Amino acid sequence: MKGWSIAHILIVIALLAIVPLLTASNVVLNFLTVALLIALVGQGWNVLGGYGGQYSFGHAAFFGTGAYVTAILQTRYGINAWLGFALGILGGAMVGAVIGALTFRSGLKGSYFALVTLAFAEVLRIGASVAPVTGAGVGLLLALDLRPQAFQFQSRAPFYWIVLALVAVSLIVVRLIEHSRFGAWLVAVRENEEAAKALGVDAVRVKLAAITVSAAMTAAGGAFYAQYFLFIDSGIAYGPWISIEALLAPIIGGVGTVFGPLLGALVVKTLGELAKLVTGDAPGLDLVIYGSVLILVVAFAPRGIIGVLSDLRMRWTRLRASVAGRAHG
Amino acid sequence: MLSPVLLVPAVLNGLLTGAVYALVALGLTLIYGVLHIINFAHGALLTAAMFAAFFAQRLFGIDPYLAALVLTPLFFVVGYGLQRFVIGPAAHGDDRNVLLVTLGLAVVIENGLLFAFRADTRTVNLDYAFEVIDLGVVFLPLPRVIAFAVVLVVALALWLMLSLTDTGKAMRAVAKEKLGAELSGIDVAHIYAVTFGLGTACLAVAACLLLPTYYVNPHVGNAFVLVAFTIVVLGGMGSVAGALAGGLFVGVVESLCGLYLGESLGQIGIFIMFILVLLVRPSGLFGEPA
Repeated sequence: MKGWSIAHILIVIALLAIVPLLTASNVVLNFLTVALLIALVGQGWNVLGGYGGQYSFGHAAFFGTGAYVTAILQTRYGINAWLGFALGILGGAMVGAVIGALTFRSGLKGSYFALVTLAFAEVLRIGASVAPVTGAGVGLLLALDLRPQAFQFQSRAPFYWIVLALVAVSLIVVRLIEHSRFGAWLVAVRENEEAAKALGVDAVRVKLAAITVSAAMTAAGGAFYAQYFLFIDSGIAYGPWISIEALLAPIIGGVGTVFGPLLGALVVKTLGELAKLVTGDAPGLDLVIYGSVLILVVAFAPRGIIGVLSDLRMRWTRLRASVAGRAHG
Repeated sequence: MLSPVLLVPAVLNGLLTGAVYALVALGLTLIYGVLHIINFAHGALLTAAMFAAFFAQRLFGIDPYLAALVLTPLFFVVGYGLQRFVIGPAAHGDDRNVLLVTLGLAVVIENGLLFAFRADTRTVNLDYAFEVIDLGVVFLPLPRVIAFAVVLVVALALWLMLSLTDTGKAMRAVAKEKLGAELSGIDVAHIYAVTFGLGTACLAVAACLLLPTYYVNPHVGNAFVLVAFTIVVLGGMGSVAGALAGGLFVGVVESLCGLYLGESLGQIGIFIMFILVLLVRPSGLFGEPA
């Protein structure tokens, strides 16, 4: 579906923005906040994986850096939470640029790229589980300070609007990239890197820019997570769960599309909640469902939900055309 | 520096650990060599095999070494089926899809085990688990010496199979030139599945060798799988001899890192080595330059 414009994005965001006015239910708002957080993180993955074709299995590296930078700056150095949030995004982007520079300059792609990103995330996780500055095995607890200037709020609605605003920015950025020269280069690298190079595209620089933008978005998700839950440890911040959810949302929603990650995140989180309803607190079942859905989507709907919807729409238009044709004939 | 009294046992123990690493890596490298895919479900399948061996012992009292005789063919069938009926058809011939499907399988298997058996860590009690062999300078645990010997036998058997049998020759043909092999009448989908089955069967052997001295929990395979990736990359993707040499080498490095730096940093040593090898020489130390 090519025709998504900024206006479409604004309409979707506006519709989501009125939810807290309709319900004060903490359960609903908490669910949507977490789903939007995953949409943000997944949009980050989508920039590099969906548009650039570089499948990362270690987006936890960026998520965790965003979370740890803001948490450490606040707890150890008393820096303002909003500034910490901005620096968290910056830190994540820098980690992305460094990992990108190391891997893309070495020419790593495909399975090797997936492996090496996974390894970077694991090194950071083990490092964070022993280093004193990250609180080692205990983790970091952010002090409760329920004031807007401390990025903490009495109710959940402001958190919801903030993460929604972040998602809005990520949607618009991706929409702008999609229609830019940079976006065209990125897709060219995804489709055929050698051909793109032959046409004068600097593939390494394009991928480097993509991983930096991608890491920044994912780090914003991490920094928001720290602020929302006020606690992180190495398993949360750098754990494999977030690397998996980061790719699950865009793959299920529609890889390389503007709305794919948002749609995928809502579907994935709904499935997760349903699993919890069925089994209570038993761990594992939600992830069993995620994994099965991932396999099924790759097998039967490689373009995700958006792809299925656009196929259905095309079939519907054709059906209508043929019915109309028969009526006239 | 440390005296030989500490160094020699550390190196020998590293070699014994490394042998099991090598077996896990052997399965991975075999699959990569022929199918040119990285199997992210490898660790989860190892975990599944360890649970199978554990319950064979706990419920039916079957010794892990005897269980290997049943579990190895069983896991061959599991691997064959996974490749033939799940991974192959779902991938649509795109390597990126294989990454996602095997990752999905890993998530399903690992969390299925977590859901069924919870996160508890389990061990078996066998009377020979603490037997040692006295070499004068060093005591070596008997089960791990057995594991070392079995790994060498399995590696030799695999190598003979690849060099001598028709299936082995077909596997090598598919690895070298898939289209050419297909044109000469080799059933590529079948050979792919056989290779995947063999790689998975290696895991069943490894699981039975590990069980007497190791623990079982739903995440146990992860500890091995990144080590196995490191070995495979070190030894050169697809090389059987490379996997064996790489496995022993990594075992010794881990043991020495643990001795000098402490347990958790020993693991970091492996990851950093892995990243460095990938960045500097992705074709591996023994592989041909790409």
